[in-house]
Amino acid sequence: MNYDFNWMIVLTGEYRDWLIQGLVITLKISGISIVLSMILGTIITTLRMTGIKILEWITISFIEFFRNTPLLIQLFFWYFGSDAVLPDSVNQWLYAHNYEFAVGVLALTIYTSAFIAEEIRAGIISIPKEQLEASRATGLSFVQAYAYVVLPQAFRIVIPTLISQFLNLTKNSSLAMTIGVMELTYMARQIESYSFRGFEAFTVATLMYICLSLIISLCINIYNKKFLRMIKY
Amino acid sequence: MIRVEGIHKWFDDFHVLQGITEHITPGEVVVVCGPSGSGKSTFIRCINRLEDVQEGKIFVEGKDVYSSDVDINQLRADVGMVFQQFNLYPHITVLKNVSLAPIKVKKMSKIEAEEIALALLDKVGIYDQAHKYPAELSGGQQQRVAIARGLAMQPKIMLFDEPTSALDPEMINEVLKSMIDLAKDGMTMIVVTHEMGFAREVAKRIFFMDYGKILEKGTPEHFFKNPQHERTKLFLREIL
Ligand SMILES: Nc1ncnc2c1ncn2[C@@H]1O[C@H](COP(=O)(O)OP(=O)(O)O)[C@@H](O)[C@H]1O
Ligand SMILES: [Mg+2]
Repeated sequence: MNYDFNWMIVLTGEYRDWLIQGLVITLKISGISIVLSMILGTIITTLRMTGIKILEWITISFIEFFRNTPLLIQLFFWYFGSDAVLPDSVNQWLYAHNYEFAVGVLALTIYTSAFIAEEIRAGIISIPKEQLEASRATGLSFVQAYAYVVLPQAFRIVIPTLISQFLNLTKNSSLAMTIGVMELTYMARQIESYSFRGFEAFTVATLMYICLSLIISLCINIYNKKFLRMIKY
Repeated sequence: MIRVEGIHKWFDDFHVLQGITEHITPGEVVVVCGPSGSGKSTFIRCINRLEDVQEGKIFVEGKDVYSSDVDINQLRADVGMVFQQFNLYPHITVLKNVSLAPIKVKKMSKIEAEEIALALLDKVGIYDQAHKYPAELSGGQQQRVAIARGLAMQPKIMLFDEPTSALDPEMINEVLKSMIDLAKDGMTMIVVTHEMGFAREVAKRIFFMDYGKILEKGTPEHFFKNPQHERTKLFLREIL
């Protein structure tokens, strides 16, 4: 233990800027993926609940497949395999833009949406089926009944578990460094290899992740308190 | 208006509706009564296809309810329904409960839909509760909101499934009053209820159901004074 701590090196100058750039990328990749995975997860669950057998079969396969394979493998799969599985036009668009970032968003979104779909489904199951019935009886279509009656109630119930999915996603975004997304972990690693100040760099990065998690929890709790009206049947 | 032709329904191997054929004319108020489990709810739920039938047909205004090319959402918009447990949407206000379907199904503007909703809430006597949430209302008030919600789509038919059975006794009359008003306005109504006072006052016909069949039917006069069937007599003795 005769390591000579040097915090200033990562809290000033170029290395500090790298960490901040990394944090910004982490925020971006997580934020975009959270929104997209919520949308995708909601769509998947709604399709699953239609009672149409083929849709049920497809969505269950999707969920089980992506929940039960490692995220790292999925990242590599999309990164190295996008040529093979995505349409040419999509690939061209990806290459023209930030390919690594887009693949990172794609992988995180699909992986997390599988978990979110299951959480939302648990919420839907806890809503009395009479809610769907009463709204269908007024002439609302299945999708409308879900959009305006069933899902808003289900979301309120599953907010705590959704928070943990958002936090998982934010932490999981560090894996995107393996495909070259220059997010927070990537930058800390970068500082380590330039300066051999790995301990300081990773400590600061860790603190940033913790702050980020706390902020996400806090925001959603505020939302929760504000909008969680008394739901009684 | 409503033509029911020989419907049979099974829940697995339980034969819940055993051949019902009826014709209900515009403006008619029909009260359906009978012991618990006799299939009353199932019967009226078939009329707006909340349940499927395995045999027979139902026509609402000439439209075959069970045909695959009927626009079921449109058909349901023409048939309002009120449930025993109210089933209001707990996460939105009373006003939104009532105006949701007109806005989303009829694509009415929010302003117009809320105007209609407020007029209906006024009609059922709870105009001043419009901005509350369902849980803040008494049972009687909630059921009147449910009636207003059912009416918001300007339906031609209203179905009621034991609308007062979940209410405390002191709240039953306020709900019945709204239903009587509606009947007097000429609404076609099928009402599952054991409120025989209501039946006497507004029913044109009373159906007595048992074991998935309509055992006896007739005007209130006939029904109360000269019930033919032993089971009807037994039922009336228990309930009156
Ligand atoms: N979804 C269902 N699955 C199986 N059995 C049911 C279902 N709904 C109703 N039943 C049965 O059908 C019978 C008639 O029910 P219902 O129409 O609700 O009777 P009522 O309204 O006259 O009390 C009852 O025995 C009930 O248990
Ligand atoms: Mg019933």
